[in-house]
Amino acid sequence: MKYMNKSITELHEMLVKGEVTSEELVKESLELSHKVQERCNAFVTIMDDASGGEVNDELLSGIPYGVKDNYSLKDVLSTGSSNTLKDYVPFFTATAVENLSKHGAIPVNKTAMDEFGMGGTGTTGHTGVQKNPWDLTRMCAGSSSGSAASVASGVYPYALGSDTGDSIRKPAAYCGIVGYKPTYGMISRYGLFAFASSLDHCGVLTRSVRDAAIVVDGMKGIDKYDMTTWDSSNIHLNDDLNDDVKGKKLFYIKELVDIENYPDASDELKKHLEIFNETVEKCRSLGMTVEGVSIDKKLLEAIPSVYVVISCAEATSNMSNLTGIVFGPRSDGNNYYEMMKNYRTTGFSPLIKRRFVIGSYVLQTENQERYFKNAQRVRRLVVDTIKEQFKKYDGLILPVGTGAAKHLDGSLDALNSGTSALEDHLQIGNFGGFPSITIPDGFIDGLPVGVNITGNCYDDQNVLNIAYALEKTMNYKGQIAGGEE
Amino acid sequence: MAKYFVTIGLEMHCEGSKTNSKVFSSARNEYTDIPNANIRPLDMGFPGTLPVLNKEAVRMALMMSIILHAKQPEYMYFERKNYYYPDMPKNYQITQNPPEDCVGMGGYLDIIREDGSTFRVDIDNFHLEEDAASMNHLYDTSTIDYNRAGNPLFELVTKPCLHSADDAVSFLEYVRAIYQYCGISEADSKKGHIRCDVNVSISDDENTLGTKVEMKNVNSFGGVHDCIVYEIKRQSELKDAGRYDEVIQETRRWDEESGTTIHMRDKVDAEDYKYFVEPNIPKFKITQEWIEEIRKSIPELPYERKEKYMGEYGLSNYDAGILIKDINTAQYFEKCIELGADAKSAANWITGNILGYVYKYEINIEDLYLTPERLNVILNSMKEGKISSKQAKELFYMVLERKEEPDDIMKSVGMQQISDDSTLTNIVSEVLSENPSQIEEYKNGKTNMFDYFVGQVMKKTRGQANPVKVKELLNTELSKR
Repeated sequence: MKYMNKSITELHEMLVKGEVTSEELVKESLELSHKVQERCNAFVTIMDDASGGEVNDELLSGIPYGVKDNYSLKDVLSTGSSNTLKDYVPFFTATAVENLSKHGAIPVNKTAMDEFGMGGTGTTGHTGVQKNPWDLTRMCAGSSSGSAASVASGVYPYALGSDTGDSIRKPAAYCGIVGYKPTYGMISRYGLFAFASSLDHCGVLTRSVRDAAIVVDGMKGIDKYDMTTWDSSNIHLNDDLNDDVKGKKLFYIKELVDIENYPDASDELKKHLEIFNETVEKCRSLGMTVEGVSIDKKLLEAIPSVYVVISCAEATSNMSNLTGIVFGPRSDGNNYYEMMKNYRTTGFSPLIKRRFVIGSYVLQTENQERYFKNAQRVRRLVVDTIKEQFKKYDGLILPVGTGAAKHLDGSLDALNSGTSALEDHLQIGNFGGFPSITIPDGFIDGLPVGVNITGNCYDDQNVLNIAYALEKTMNYKGQIAGGEE
Repeated sequence: MAKYFVTIGLEMHCEGSKTNSKVFSSARNEYTDIPNANIRPLDMGFPGTLPVLNKEAVRMALMMSIILHAKQPEYMYFERKNYYYPDMPKNYQITQNPPEDCVGMGGYLDIIREDGSTFRVDIDNFHLEEDAASMNHLYDTSTIDYNRAGNPLFELVTKPCLHSADDAVSFLEYVRAIYQYCGISEADSKKGHIRCDVNVSISDDENTLGTKVEMKNVNSFGGVHDCIVYEIKRQSELKDAGRYDEVIQETRRWDEESGTTIHMRDKVDAEDYKYFVEPNIPKFKITQEWIEEIRKSIPELPYERKEKYMGEYGLSNYDAGILIKDINTAQYFEKCIELGADAKSAANWITGNILGYVYKYEINIEDLYLTPERLNVILNSMKEGKISSKQAKELFYMVLERKEEPDDIMKSVGMQQISDDSTLTNIVSEVLSENPSQIEEYKNGKTNMFDYFVGQVMKKTRGQANPVKVKELLNTELSKR
């Protein structure tokens, strides 16, 4: 590895100085893609015909990157890691990718994922399991599993992800890198295969906070094809990035991070929370205040169920367009309904079908009030509760998950009771559309773990600055899985 | 048949044909015979596509809501109606779901019958949604045209407050006229712009409601009228025979060919559409300022125009009512007035000969070769005595059939009324000179001989003599002899 372990700014400087050409970067990135494909099964498509591009003042120009396979890319296979779209080649490009192209960025592969983003393991895609580059017996988490594995392996400085529950931020933590999803509507979702529209976010996985700022600067912008986008032209995340966070106030949720709440905590969980406490201390050393806030445990424990109800309901409707008639591999049948039924029965994995059943069930007239409407009410309650805290605090800081990457063979994992809220709290960021970033903050037995900072809507700069300052207090910035070859 | 109390409710769908693009997609909203020409990725449900609301369609919907005296929502939002059908590739329709907030809630419209009496129609709701594709079912295959899919569709739902087929049609005709006058839709049923669902029930008296039967997709007002009449008869006959339990809550289809309604599905088969709020269209506030702006921009409505026709031009309620029914007819009439035609005479011609011709050949008045300008030539020629009214009518059909200018036809067929005194005097003298014995009879008191002389003059002039003049001159000439 010569170049691809470097940051965007480093590569840009080298390109501008003529120390390396865009062509050489693309070539190296493609070579590494094939290696990582063998090791981690990270890609659906490697675009071997990709070539270097123009280098100009734009930081992203001429630098290769990866695109999660649920982003539409014109003339390139885009499957969402699903058999139902295994032959689908879009004739238009997602706005976020289009925007990056305008900045001269060069896509070199499509990364594998959980089928249509509906999973948190990186094991449900139609091309098989993504393995964690830090330990091939472990998962990357998902759904942006391929993006996480490839960025952590140093295939390029960044890859696009999408995040409906924690699909950028958890794989980033498991793979020891940075995962950032900005405020809802900052990046257009046009061209991103919909999973749950009210929760879906575009975002990026990188190896440094600055790179995350640079990439999102390039992806964002109001889009006439997405009504939920807003004008962020006065926001310049990279230009305004600074580490002066003195006087900022953070809070954590006591019910989630106090070790007393987990009487049968595993060693791993204990260590994870210790690392979190050290991270909190680092925040304080930067001049920030960090306080514990108590939030109703019942409300916290409802979060995963609320997520399941809303995301499954929206998903079952969003994915009704997958019939195999207009696009996708058409199935046989004696009539339209049979063709559609055969296509969907054979095309979707059992996990997705289960979610569709849940989604349909909670939307049925007789169940809708009890499940779907109540879930929406609790979602509002959770968001209001957190927003109330954002009146006093600049951000919420919490550990990501219950520890390091889980084993692909689940039976090997230590079990803790009462940790579901800790495992899934990142969904708060999707409920509220909050800007949210995960950065690595330590290791347990050679495996990386992460910490998350979430702020109020439109307060992306603040969230990035806090993460940027905190990143400087640790040695994990730019780290490559397994060290550099 | 009339012994039962009839209750009718209507759902009227009108495709908004006057926006530039579709209601949630940037594809053109334009009628074309080329199938599947106006399509964007969203209309075919391609992954990653998102709906973008057409503000113009919302403005039109709000205008209609104001005209219907309905309540406008504080916030506008849309809902998904989930169902699998090939006419909707997303497999959900973006619509509104009353009684949840929609563009118009409640309201009413007062309707004037042909005889001048009025009745009020209560509105349940008025909402905006996207149209589905049009399908054509052939012998062993079906074709789908997505041109229409995604066009704005306005749905007006009345309360069950109508009691006769005639009133139902009067209401529908007036609402159609409003759509046209407001520039929302051509509301052309030949282009499939108007589609109705009709609910009919009968009961013993007005305090009870019978079992409601629904007829879907009735595509003409004639069909609405006939299916109501048929349904009343069908239900009444069953009730008469003590078999009212056979009238079930069901959806039936109006079969134009047989003039009957046919069972489609039972109420229990009704699909659960699993409505939920469309997440890709953020709720937005409808400001009072916007409402007022729209209110001010409402153009002259059909009944306002009708009053003008009756007041200013002295037309009858009946004639004025016919003229305003279709905006193109009203515009045709007004153009005639503008060209100086006598209002009553123009109205007579339009409501009689012209609409008769238009209905018979199923063409639109605005496509007629006989434009107001050409009609005016005919009317003026008649007024100036150049042609008789009989000739005018002949000329009218000749113009339409030959597609030639009325002046040219009058010249080429020698159609001209002879009103010139000296010419006519010569002919009258000639006739009298040829008939001395008849003059004798006339002088002896056989006054009906006068008509014989008129007839002879007309014969000599091949009907072109001005009969009034001929009579005048005959009197003069006869007195001389």
